[in-house]
Amino acid sequence: MTTQHVSLTVNGQPMEADVEPRLLLVHLLRDVFGLTGTHVGCDTSNCGACTVHVDGRSAKSCTVLAVQASGSEIRTIEGMADGATLHPLQQAFWDQHGLQCGFCTPGMIMQSAWLLEQNPHPTDDEVREGISGNLCRCTGYVNIVKAVQQAAGQLSASESAPVAAAATVDAS
Amino acid sequence: MIPAQLDYVRPASLDEALRILVDREGEAKLLSGGYSLIPLIKLRLAQPALLVDLQSVPGLDAIAETDDALVIGARATHRDIHESAVIRDRYPGIVDVAGGIGDPQVRNWGTIGGSVAHADPASDWPAFLLAANATIVCRGQGGEREVPARHFFVDTFTTAIEPTEVLTGIRIPRRAAGVGGAYQKLERKVGDFATAGVAAIVRIDAGGTIVGSGIGVTGVSASPYAAVDAESALAGKRPGDDAFRAAGQAAAAMSQPVSDVRGPVDYKRAMVAELTVRALRRATERALAFNG
Amino acid sequence: MTTELHPQTTPEVGGMGHSVKRKEDPRFIQGKGEYIEDVNLPGQLWLDIVRSPYAHAKIKSIDATEALKIPGVAAVVTGKDLEGYKLHWMPTLAGDMQMVLPVDTVMYQSQEVAAVIATSRYAAADGVAAVEVDYEPLPVVVDPKKALQPDAPVLRTDRGPDKQTNHIWHWESGDAAAADEALANADVRIAEDIYIPRIHVASIETCGIVADWNPIRQQLTMHLTTQAPHAIRTVVALVAAGAGLPIYEHNIRVKTHDIGGGFGGKVPVYPGYVLAVAASFLTGKPVKWIEDRSENLQADSFARDYHIHAEMGATKDGKIQALKVRTIADHGYTDAAADPSKFPAGLFNVITGSYDFPNAFVEVDGVYTNKPPGGVAYRCSFRVTEAVHAIERMVDILAHDIGKDPAQLRMENFIQPEQFPYHTPTGWEYDSGDYPKALQKALDLIGYDELRKEQAEKRARGELMGIGISSFTEIVGAGPSHDFDILGLKMFDSCEIRVHPTGKVLARLGVQSQGQGHETTFAQIIAEELGFPVADIKIEEGDTDTAPYGLGTYASRSTPVAGAATAIAARKIKEKARLLAAHLLEASPDDLEWTNGRWSVKGSPDRFKTIQEIAFAAYTNHPQGMEAGLEAVDYYDPPNLTFPFGSYIAVVDIDKGTGEVTVRRFVAVDDCGNIINPMIVDGQIHGGLTMGLAPALYEQITYDELGNNLAGTFMDYLLPTAVETPAWELEKTITPSPHHPIGAKGVGESATVGAPPAIANAVVDALWHLGVRNIDIPITPPKVWRILHDKGIS
Repeated sequence: MTTQHVSLTVNGQPMEADVEPRLLLVHLLRDVFGLTGTHVGCDTSNCGACTVHVDGRSAKSCTVLAVQASGSEIRTIEGMADGATLHPLQQAFWDQHGLQCGFCTPGMIMQSAWLLEQNPHPTDDEVREGISGNLCRCTGYVNIVKAVQQAAGQLSASESAPVAAAATVDAS
Repeated sequence: MIPAQLDYVRPASLDEALRILVDREGEAKLLSGGYSLIPLIKLRLAQPALLVDLQSVPGLDAIAETDDALVIGARATHRDIHESAVIRDRYPGIVDVAGGIGDPQVRNWGTIGGSVAHADPASDWPAFLLAANATIVCRGQGGEREVPARHFFVDTFTTAIEPTEVLTGIRIPRRAAGVGGAYQKLERKVGDFATAGVAAIVRIDAGGTIVGSGIGVTGVSASPYAAVDAESALAGKRPGDDAFRAAGQAAAAMSQPVSDVRGPVDYKRAMVAELTVRALRRATERALAFNG
Repeated sequence: MTTELHPQTTPEVGGMGHSVKRKEDPRFIQGKGEYIEDVNLPGQLWLDIVRSPYAHAKIKSIDATEALKIPGVAAVVTGKDLEGYKLHWMPTLAGDMQMVLPVDTVMYQSQEVAAVIATSRYAAADGVAAVEVDYEPLPVVVDPKKALQPDAPVLRTDRGPDKQTNHIWHWESGDAAAADEALANADVRIAEDIYIPRIHVASIETCGIVADWNPIRQQLTMHLTTQAPHAIRTVVALVAAGAGLPIYEHNIRVKTHDIGGGFGGKVPVYPGYVLAVAASFLTGKPVKWIEDRSENLQADSFARDYHIHAEMGATKDGKIQALKVRTIADHGYTDAAADPSKFPAGLFNVITGSYDFPNAFVEVDGVYTNKPPGGVAYRCSFRVTEAVHAIERMVDILAHDIGKDPAQLRMENFIQPEQFPYHTPTGWEYDSGDYPKALQKALDLIGYDELRKEQAEKRARGELMGIGISSFTEIVGAGPSHDFDILGLKMFDSCEIRVHPTGKVLARLGVQSQGQGHETTFAQIIAEELGFPVADIKIEEGDTDTAPYGLGTYASRSTPVAGAATAIAARKIKEKARLLAAHLLEASPDDLEWTNGRWSVKGSPDRFKTIQEIAFAAYTNHPQGMEAGLEAVDYYDPPNLTFPFGSYIAVVDIDKGTGEVTVRRFVAVDDCGNIINPMIVDGQIHGGLTMGLAPALYEQITYDELGNNLAGTFMDYLLPTAVETPAWELEKTITPSPHHPIGAKGVGESATVGAPPAIANAVVDALWHLGVRNIDIPITPPKVWRILHDKGIS
């Protein structure tokens, strides 16, 4: 069995391994690097439970070979919180009861994070379309949409804070 | 689902990729976005000995309009295409196609070249490329050739590209005044392959007559096809539901669907007719609104 | 939700009625849940399974030579190997027999044929691909009606000379003669064939196990995706005893970890579990098996597959008189439905639903076919979904037939609030209900009269819009021990509460959360009863070495049974706390009263002891003659089932060109009795509705004539995404259960049970004027198009 060397950045940390070329990225993350927050829910790239960011783009890590991802920057659910401070999406999923069994949740949060980077102010329909590559069997999606909207509000509020301050000055 | 053993290389140039394809002919398979190929490899329905990943080959992902064509690099992702300013401005039919393929993650990584070369009989791009009379740019060690889309899709998962060639880009005739395109896809749920898909392009002259059209159909034959009988039926007609229905019937008559989990034969035929009408309506609206 | 709740506790305590944020969520949102695939033990081997491409075939030979040459492949196990240990068959939870591995015949496509044990997941998969099996195909029986014909091949030749038939069992309920007579005398008589298709729960996590036999300690630990850990432990002990293996129940430990959705699919014992245990026993190493999605969809327990023929009689103005139902139940090649022993067709005889039927008769025949086994695994409390779909469709057909509004007909036939407790003609005693109130609330919320006007206008313009109602009655909380057992185990459940000296609480239960939020809701019950803040209460489930015995979580039984056990155990603690408080306050226990987490002296509210002070005293200052500590356990045997109910209304639009159905609006008014956590209840309903939408419009496992599964991956088994799923609109009524300690009824499955007929009724309502009486679910675009096409509409 031949192996190839892969080196990549995962959640800001450089990591490397010698792997079979057929190894799936999701198995590199889970079985080699021990980052078990990323889940596998299907064989056919339908469920999105394995969604991570590869060089800033959301990807289904069960449909990517580890060797393909060598040299890339990967972000997983384990890289979302800032120390003890939850990412606004994590907080929002908790606040809005956007999860039940929790199995689809990491993929759902990662896809939602990518969505909000592309579209900071989505409509509910845009949220639904944006997470249409992620299946949830528990929640009926209603509270996931609410969670994404809560996070969208928080993320844009924090970004636009200086602008708001300037507007206040202008008004006076 | 675990892939069988395979080898992997990531050439840094097109020349290197072409050399590998020649050296390892019969074993090597090109890998672009991977969202068609990797699932097949996981199911062991495809077991290539060597994957040649094109991700480090430069210059294959540009999207640009020239004097006579819209040129899309083979490694442009569906999302790149969907978000491209020139395409958003001037090619709404392409926006229809690119926005409806798979799901957001698939569109982030799946490429037009990979999808076209894969030639799934229900994939979306071929319908539009057939309707638009696009050409497929193929590069071998001996040089580049352009294959008309209408000669490219040979059979299920089979195209006119040689195993030693790389699909480098797509050339779509530049949109002119009075031209509009649209794509209509019927799917069982979002993200599904098409039960049927119809792309339509119409050219309407200043007098309001259809002077040219292209109809491409996917999902209902061994390979996507150009509904030339429908195109003939539209020639010289005033745009409207009578002409569109006649075209729809002609497009449906050319289909050769099989009965499967997506529906029986007569349903699929009827859907070709219905989607043709809908695509033509929208293409016509767009043609009439476009002054170049 | 606008229904007014009146919590008795403060938000800090977080008792019943508070939308307490879930205690389990911090680990899930940070990727720190621990699911079965996350469990890895030192030295573990991987197991993968060779499966049959044929639905029915003789195994002529199995050649593992090439597989064993693959580096890392340690062993290949076949049925013949297991036969030596008498482990090639195992009992199902329904008391039938199921193959672990076949010795000579496979009975369905994707059945397990051999197991490969290897040092890695990838090597095991390579080994599976290299095992060569020579099959001789046999005639395939796909259609259960054909299976009953005399010329059908007998599939289960193992069952003994008097059972050489594909008929498994006959079960009936009610009075056939009375139903026949009432039908004969009815002014209006309708009949319909209704098929409820085979579907699959498809929890996003598949099934898996890490089996760990420690030969030194003679201890078997099963890390397992199971909804019923204690029952599984007992089954394993019984199977081991039958095989003469030295694996005894006190040395078997089942640990569940976090479960990524269950919905009934994680109740059965699958062959993969037994194979992993056997492989661990043989190798002395931990063995891990994680199922692929394809295996999950093609081999695991299914649900439904009921071929129903229903007849209903009524007076000419629509007062219903009688119901008669004959059903063929396709069980696949063995009956592995986890129904209670006395109820092989589950609680299907709740089919009289929300209506005051004077007469009813129900009969069901179970049949073998060349399909995977199962029957009840889809968020459904034992065949209630089938019953509700049939009755709600029939009531709608009757209404349309006699030209009466379906809402009005329901109102005129409902069991009225004053009739409870209500005895049905098939033997159930409904505990409580107010059906007219729930339906009226739904009608008001959706603006029913306006919608009917809109529909009339649209129909005049040739547009197709439909409104469908479902007023369902659920039956959950199995169940009272005089009637309910699985493999002889009575269907009680349990809770053990330990109050620590510093006033913190550990409670353990015999049930098993799979996303329902038990760590939060059961803490809220204890908070309600004892006044400890939810934050101070830890709930544990799913370790059979520590939790009290229980039958597990399925069929919406956790709140009705284990929730009751929790309340009763808490009340036992409260009573001991009274004695402790009396000692501390130097008062008579009879002079104390309980308010807000403290015992105080009646008339002297400033003389009190908080529950925390009492807890400390239980370990530091208990009176002589009293046992130290503050603990209690309760095994709750429910006196009756509970009967949640609701009224749902769906509005659909139909695309005439393609036959596509869009659910424009969906209002759900649920009544699950008293509510523990409104947020979680709404979440359960959202999810349940989506698992009702799914079989109504999208999901179905179909087989071709060779028994090939045509929906074996998520490419073709169509779980709804966020795009197909409407924004559910929820409301509540609250009618407490009179016999449940906290008046709760259970809610997990109501919406899955109630939603499909609302959608089906809406579609038929849109098409009734074209002569359509019934469309079997899933109502796919081709089915609708066919109707429109035949009527010249499309």
